[in-house]
Amino acid sequence: MTSIGARTAIIAGVVLLSALVFPLYWMIAASVTPESRLFESPSLLPRPLSFEHYRALFAERDFLIPVRNSLVVASMTTVVTVPIAALCAYAVARLRFRGRGVLLALMLAVSMFPQISIVPPLYLMLRELNLLDTFPGLVLPYVTFSAPLAVWLLTAFFRQLSPELEEAAMLDGASRVRALWDVVLPLAAPGVATAAILTFLYCWNEFLFALSFTLGPDRYTVPVAVTLFRGRYQVPWGQVLAATVVATVPVALLVLTCQRRIIAGLTAGASKG
Amino acid sequence: MAAIRLEGVAKTYPGGHVAVRDIDLAIDDGECLVLVGPSGCGKSTLLRLIAGLETPTAGRMLIGGSDVTLLPPQARDLAMVFQSYALYPHMSVRENLAYGLKVRRVDRATASVRVAEVAEALGITDVLDRRPAALSGGQRQRVALGRAMVRQPRAFLLDEPLSNLDPALRAQARAELRRLHGRLAATIVYVTHDQEEAMTLGGRVAVMRTGAIEQVAPPLEVYTTPANTFVARFIGAPPMNLLPAALVGVGAPPGAVAGIRPQDVALGAADGLRATVELVEPRGHDHLVHLRLDAVGAPPVLATIAAAAVPLVGAGTFVTIPHARLHVFDGATGFRLA
Repeated sequence: MTSIGARTAIIAGVVLLSALVFPLYWMIAASVTPESRLFESPSLLPRPLSFEHYRALFAERDFLIPVRNSLVVASMTTVVTVPIAALCAYAVARLRFRGRGVLLALMLAVSMFPQISIVPPLYLMLRELNLLDTFPGLVLPYVTFSAPLAVWLLTAFFRQLSPELEEAAMLDGASRVRALWDVVLPLAAPGVATAAILTFLYCWNEFLFALSFTLGPDRYTVPVAVTLFRGRYQVPWGQVLAATVVATVPVALLVLTCQRRIIAGLTAGASKG
Repeated sequence: MAAIRLEGVAKTYPGGHVAVRDIDLAIDDGECLVLVGPSGCGKSTLLRLIAGLETPTAGRMLIGGSDVTLLPPQARDLAMVFQSYALYPHMSVRENLAYGLKVRRVDRATASVRVAEVAEALGITDVLDRRPAALSGGQRQRVALGRAMVRQPRAFLLDEPLSNLDPALRAQARAELRRLHGRLAATIVYVTHDQEEAMTLGGRVAVMRTGAIEQVAPPLEVYTTPANTFVARFIGAPPMNLLPAALVGVGAPPGAVAGIRPQDVALGAADGLRATVELVEPRGHDHLVHLRLDAVGAPPVLATIAAAAVPLVGAGTFVTIPHARLHVFDGATGFRLA
């Protein structure tokens, strides 16, 4: 690349990065700006620093409850989804059976389904099962929507592993399930971690189901709770932004610490056929 | 250790590809049988059928007298060394060796004694705590072998275990395998595409082509009396020359084919067939001479000639084919006549 080309590339990178990062910065800056100064002519550095929004968030609104709900629902979904997806992906990757391609295509179709179209039937089903406004009432639909992605991801991962390793384990006396547990899963750990993180993120961010299937503040998840901050006469922007920061930081930390694995997971099977 | 019997074993893949056809084979307890053939001849598939990694579409298999045709690999108590070695990359060498014992719930004390013995025998005690990625090719090959030995299985299946080694190491490993077989008195089924390996290792050699066994016999017998033209050309290097019998002047039915090994072809005597030297390849202890016979329609002939007597490229010479050394085959079927 010429030096002009290199410089252009760097500038383009910086511009893109700023465009992505600036709203995040603005969110954090605004969340520590006093309410009275929020709509004055903006300054890049908030001064004086004020934590009144955060105090209000946890003292007046009890924001810990939606955070807890989100954590519970996202963790439960992850714990249910990943083992099911791993078994399914292993079967698709290794066993020869009729309709394997159709199965994969159908799963992809499920995850492509517009969510809104199944909210009414799901609502009725959950009501019949007495699962409205409960954690399982959210976890079940989340599993159905997050499992296909996890299956696709893990299938690509398992296909990369040499079948001879499992065959060696089976000749060593292991059953197929034991070989999966002892040999395949440890080697596919990056893929499993990626599937777990993406499932968790999906649940953490999900809004429509959470809004539709929870009935009160006791079961609201973070996105629902933040949306419902708005009152009849005003929107408490400061608190909304503070809540957004609280909701974003753990996820951002999770992704930053695991980004290598996520990238390896997402590009699995892309190269080296 | 146990004997292995195959009765009418066949494998046809769903697409219709026949990988193995109607194989009858008895491998004695303690015998080393080598399956040899060109790539795609079905030898690896046959080994995987014995291992239980593939299910036959016909026939049955007995190990130690009991029918194992439908048993999964883990129930057959065999050990296999893969061409890629298939060492578990996330386990240390010690864990690799002990895995089979762990799965079979052998108690830890016994297992660690067994692992130590095998590591000692194979000279890999120093690397027991390393991961496979940190080993050389030769060490990996030993670990793969050790993993098979540690369990004292009923038979060993080896799938081209030496093909990833460099030539010097391969010759050494081959000699070690022979010694090992002598010491363990193990039943071994060994797959290779290398006829030289087959000759040196096998108690018996089974030559395969397109899913079928062409000949099963001790190595020297396969070399001296090949059952057909395919075996004749596959076993022995450079390959046997095949000429129309009429050209050589041997009494045989019309259309018969005469075979002569390049080592048995002599040059120079004036009563031979006229030929021209096309190419000379020095091989160290001798030269490989490519000849074109003057007779119309005759195929090229190879001869290995001592370095002192090598003719010049382009020179005319006479080819003598000693009748005592001739192999005669049927022209249509390729079967041996004399």
